[in-house]
Amino acid sequence: MARADPGHVLTGSHYLDGDHACTEGALSAGCNFIAGYPITPSTEVVERFARRIPTVGGTFIQMEDEIASITAILGAAWGGAKVMTVTSGPGFSLMMENIGLGAMLETPCVIVNVQRGGPSTGLPTMVGQADIMQARWGSHGDYEIIALAPQSPQEAYTLTIEAFNLAEKYRTPVMVMLDECIGHMTEKVVIPEADSIELTERRKTDKPPGEYLPFAVGEDMIPDMAHAGEGHRYHITSLTHDEQGYPVMSAEVQDKLVRRLCDKIRNNTDEIVMLEEDGLDDADVVVLSYGITSRVARAAVDDAREKGLKVGRLRLLTVWPFPERYIRELAERVKAFVVPEINYGQLVLEVERCAAGRAQTILLPHMGGDVHDPAVILQAIEEAAS
Amino acid sequence: MTQTKTTQPGSEQELKHPQDHLLRSDRLPHIWCATCGIGTVLKCFIEAIDRSKIPYDDIAIVSGIGCTGRVAGYVKLDSYHTTHGRAIPFATGLKLANRRLKVVVFSGDGDLSAIGGNHLIHAARRNMDITVVCVNNFIYGMTGGQAAPTTPGTAVTSTTPWGAFEPAFNLPQLLEACGASYVARWTSLHVRRLTKSFTEALLKKGFSFVEAIAPCSTLYARRNRLGSGYDLMKFYHDHSEIRHGADVNEVDIGFQDKITVGKFIDRDRPTWLELNDQQHEATLGEKYYRHAETIAAAAEADAAAPPTGTAEKTQDGGKDSGKDGGKNGGKDDSKEGSHA
Ligand SMILES: Cc1ncc(C[n+]2csc(CCOP(=O)(O)OP(=O)(O)O)c2C)c(N)n1
Ligand code: SF4
Ligand SMILES: [Mg+2]
Repeated sequence: MARADPGHVLTGSHYLDGDHACTEGALSAGCNFIAGYPITPSTEVVERFARRIPTVGGTFIQMEDEIASITAILGAAWGGAKVMTVTSGPGFSLMMENIGLGAMLETPCVIVNVQRGGPSTGLPTMVGQADIMQARWGSHGDYEIIALAPQSPQEAYTLTIEAFNLAEKYRTPVMVMLDECIGHMTEKVVIPEADSIELTERRKTDKPPGEYLPFAVGEDMIPDMAHAGEGHRYHITSLTHDEQGYPVMSAEVQDKLVRRLCDKIRNNTDEIVMLEEDGLDDADVVVLSYGITSRVARAAVDDAREKGLKVGRLRLLTVWPFPERYIRELAERVKAFVVPEINYGQLVLEVERCAAGRAQTILLPHMGGDVHDPAVILQAIEEAAS
Repeated sequence: MTQTKTTQPGSEQELKHPQDHLLRSDRLPHIWCATCGIGTVLKCFIEAIDRSKIPYDDIAIVSGIGCTGRVAGYVKLDSYHTTHGRAIPFATGLKLANRRLKVVVFSGDGDLSAIGGNHLIHAARRNMDITVVCVNNFIYGMTGGQAAPTTPGTAVTSTTPWGAFEPAFNLPQLLEACGASYVARWTSLHVRRLTKSFTEALLKKGFSFVEAIAPCSTLYARRNRLGSGYDLMKFYHDHSEIRHGADVNEVDIGFQDKITVGKFIDRDRPTWLELNDQQHEATLGEKYYRHAETIAAAAEADAAAPPTGTAEKTQDGGKDSGKDGGKNGGKDDSKEGSHA
């Protein structure tokens, strides 16, 4: 593990909103290239980066659109940079084809989506959590993705660093699914000393030119990378490809590639997943939430406990890959999951799938523009417990 | 993707091509049809790489999707076959992450001017330091011969079965207006001149654009009853008029009409990277992380006579010249090192 560069890290206590904290997380992680296109409520992330990066070391470019932004960061990653792009719903939609390119070329990169209300232009300045399924399934074809959901500016900082580490470790696009509330909420953010920040280094090949195969893998199924200009003169393609990176149009090669792209993440789900549980030991009811909604849920759970209800909290810091095994096991011991989310029922479908009828699953939808009323969650807990 | 392609007979695989050092001969036979114009354009381009003397390890080639887009897969350089229309932003990222690279985009007319049109005009406006090679066959070859923004006059394509009618792009005019530093156009049979333009484009600072008019034998020639690819290649060549420095407003191409070719634009504008450095240097001074380097580069520019520093570099395919990629050829400070 490498350590963060002190020149990049703004060590100290700050009063920052989630967007700015996210930028600092990226800088601490060594991000030296962002391509982006302005969109509310995410713009502050790139604005801060544009201001900071010329003295830290790296490049910001405002591209002509989000398609260009995501593609430019992929190119920059292959050129040797640590890269990120930042957007919100409409821009996230535009990025989808090339998020698939990132997955196909196994390109380490971070994509921040500060979610607002949708569909379409929706609620530009107001909160939503309705891009959660899109984060997982937005690009065509089969692939797996990693997505994290911070619940505070502090976590916008730490999870952005974690996103970079996961991107390098698994060589995949990683999404930071912020939301407008967290993005625009200002709180204390503690940035530690650089030497206490662990960074995962890029998996570079140690093969000499002539022997490097861009997609050859060992047991962990993750290939080593070579940057442009290092003498390997390799080829990579968005087409289905073999170990050498050459296109092969066959069901066999497709099978091998797609399985590996998915399994390199699926098989490591337990290692990737971060979640926070509270009072689950004797819980009958579990409130499962992520992002801003978990803060509202916490208030409701506290109230319910005061009333003597056996209710626990489960917060997903990692929304993708979904903690399947964990939810399956939990479903054996609890009566019900209450799932508040600021959408009309997205991650609840995963909970329901994993609970598989062994526990009841109750959706508390909210169409966006605001957060849940804790009283609504409390009522759902009471009903589920009775 | 419809692929009604003929491949070359197996026996040709045993022949050694004079450009084998830059071709992935392990990928032959290629997918291109017999008498397709893409091959000759590629041959000229590879010749130009050798003439440019740019070290092979310092060149990266990026393609979009299409018949022309397959070029990236046949050239033995760091090569990236990306998505339809997105070669230019990918190339932009590569270049900005490692300034030492010579980044070339090699793609088709549809890829670059239709789906990728927005990136094309903005890269030219920025004077992004990349070379764009556009093989213009007036059609979408890969998908079976549909109309493109470049389809001239009333040409028949699979989506204009009764003849095209939309006005076509005049690419040199478009690129000139957007600010490209170098714009040339030749046909695929102007082998010598096309090679020269490629060489100039590779050595040109800033955004350079070379349009190569090439026949699509299988779809465009056949559907419009224009004979074989060879016939059409010859027709384009014989109906072209060389006019260097021609007014780009007058070089649009009609259906089976005259084609004005030549070097139209060759001018010096500061590149995106230069302006980026200049602006940050001016406002941040020594706080700018490239401060030391910017000073050194300016001093070097003052001292050096020829504008192309690449000319004296050797082109030794075997040498390990790319190892310090991103560190600006050694003259870096510690910050730039971390940018690598
Ligand atoms: C997003 C997307 N849309 C459409 C396609 C299908 N497609 C592949 S190549 C191509 C056109 C290629 O035309 P051109 O760039 O002129 O290349 P040529 O084949 O003529 O060399 C199209 C439409 C695609 N691959 N991706
Ligand atoms: S451009 Fe036309 S002739 Fe050339 S390979 Fe494609 S379909 Fe064949
Ligand atoms: Mg074409």
